[in-house]
Amino acid sequence: MSQFLQQVINGLSLGSIYALIALGYTMVYGIIKLINFAHGDVYMVGAYTAFICTAWLGFGFFPALIASMVVCGLLGVLIERLAYKPLRKAPRITALITAIGVSYVLEYTMQYFMGSEVRTYPNVLPKTIYQLGPVSITTHQIYIFAITIVLMVALQFIISKTRMGRAMRAVSVDEQAAELMGINVDTTISFTFLLGSALAGAAGILVGIYYNTINPLMGLTPGLKAFVAAVFGGIGSIPGAVIGGLFIGIAETMVVAYGSSLYRDAIVYAILIVVLIVKPTGLLGKNQREKV
Amino acid sequence: MAMLEVKDLHVHYGVIEALKGVSMSVNEGQIVALIGSNGAGKTTLLQSISGIKKKTSGEVMFLSDNITSASPKKIVSEGLTQVPEGRRVFTGLSVYENLMMGAFLRRDKQGIEEDLQKVYAQFPILEQRKNQDASTLSGGEQQMLAMGRALMARPKLLLLDEPSMGLAPILVKEIFSIVQEINSTGTTVLLVEQNAKMALSIADYAYVLETGRISLQGTGQELADSPEIQKAYLGG
Repeated sequence: MSQFLQQVINGLSLGSIYALIALGYTMVYGIIKLINFAHGDVYMVGAYTAFICTAWLGFGFFPALIASMVVCGLLGVLIERLAYKPLRKAPRITALITAIGVSYVLEYTMQYFMGSEVRTYPNVLPKTIYQLGPVSITTHQIYIFAITIVLMVALQFIISKTRMGRAMRAVSVDEQAAELMGINVDTTISFTFLLGSALAGAAGILVGIYYNTINPLMGLTPGLKAFVAAVFGGIGSIPGAVIGGLFIGIAETMVVAYGSSLYRDAIVYAILIVVLIVKPTGLLGKNQREKV
Repeated sequence: MAMLEVKDLHVHYGVIEALKGVSMSVNEGQIVALIGSNGAGKTTLLQSISGIKKKTSGEVMFLSDNITSASPKKIVSEGLTQVPEGRRVFTGLSVYENLMMGAFLRRDKQGIEEDLQKVYAQFPILEQRKNQDASTLSGGEQQMLAMGRALMARPKLLLLDEPSMGLAPILVKEIFSIVQEINSTGTTVLLVEQNAKMALSIADYAYVLETGRISLQGTGQELADSPEIQKAYLGG
């Protein structure tokens, strides 16, 4: 039992990171119906930004967190403006393929400048292990939970209470009707990329401190897993992305603990296949209304 | 002096010309009806006026400003708001939030609150359902919500695209009397309708759009009495 509880804690910390990335996928999909396959690489850029800030520039943890959120947020806006905006009226597959292209550009640009070697994160946070009865929890895990929760509450606030948040929801329901209200759709889409990418930036630094190592291709697998998390929760649904992220994190941890670490990636894709067969709209997804 | 003036407007969808040189105007304080059959270009004309459909050539003047290539945002902020065809309320948002979307560009908190109370007074059902998801409303209620939402922008000119579409006859009557009420409080109305009989009965002036061209115009009464109209649109 204690082993199980321990795995739940480990799974939740991994899942929090997936959830942060999944939010970006789901928000972007919600607003422009694009699976932004470059999103995992934005998260990688976040990890590197934080690495440069902490290892080279001597920043503390929080300044580095903010720096990587800002850099990723702006990077997301830049990607949207340069790569996706010109394709807004193009068939969806065009934008999708472009997203894959953007993903390669980010990966290999990073490799060009930072080298392809694995880099070790400096210890910016003390790593103390607390015993809570039968289970132990590390400072790193506490930071991951706390930061994820704060960011999700902030996101929820922005989406439900602010003007831009309302604009985001309106555009994601009906772009043209939103325009008729005087909402600037381009600004709203950029804002969505800003938010989603900033969350990926936060995930980047959290993974850096959790796993201690980063490399230019690190975004690939977590990116895909976060995508699966978003699909599992119902793509376009924000609570869905959070639930999906946590679920995938726990599933993966459990498979490693009780099965074999060989299957840690396989389980995620197995979940994807099952979801697509059983409930393609995901847990909280809605059926797309047909527009006539 | 016309409040809205459309001059020789041409609009294309790809190679297909949907509007072939439309000229029309709306005078302040009037209800102007635009009737025509399916596919005549009525919605295209409204979308072009609102700035969400690009024009090939021609001019749109609103309150002496050239808004031909203005953004939808600019057009709304100048006082021209549209209630789109099919209501297009924001599902997933509450009735209250939908109404507030209409006031998106406004900053005058007090004025917004005043207008909200006016909308609630005009459509009591919306106040009763203010916390409900807009998707739970009936068709007629959604139409009222769409109209209330547009009124929250405090428009000088309100464009209504097929407000009676898909509604039961009793509701159609109610919607039309609401349009007259809105007009009587000083909002000019441009009304697009397939229900020609009702539209002409409340219109000060009317245009008939046929395959992208204005084929007839006159006062509501004149058109209602015209044999051509009776034959083509009034089933007489």
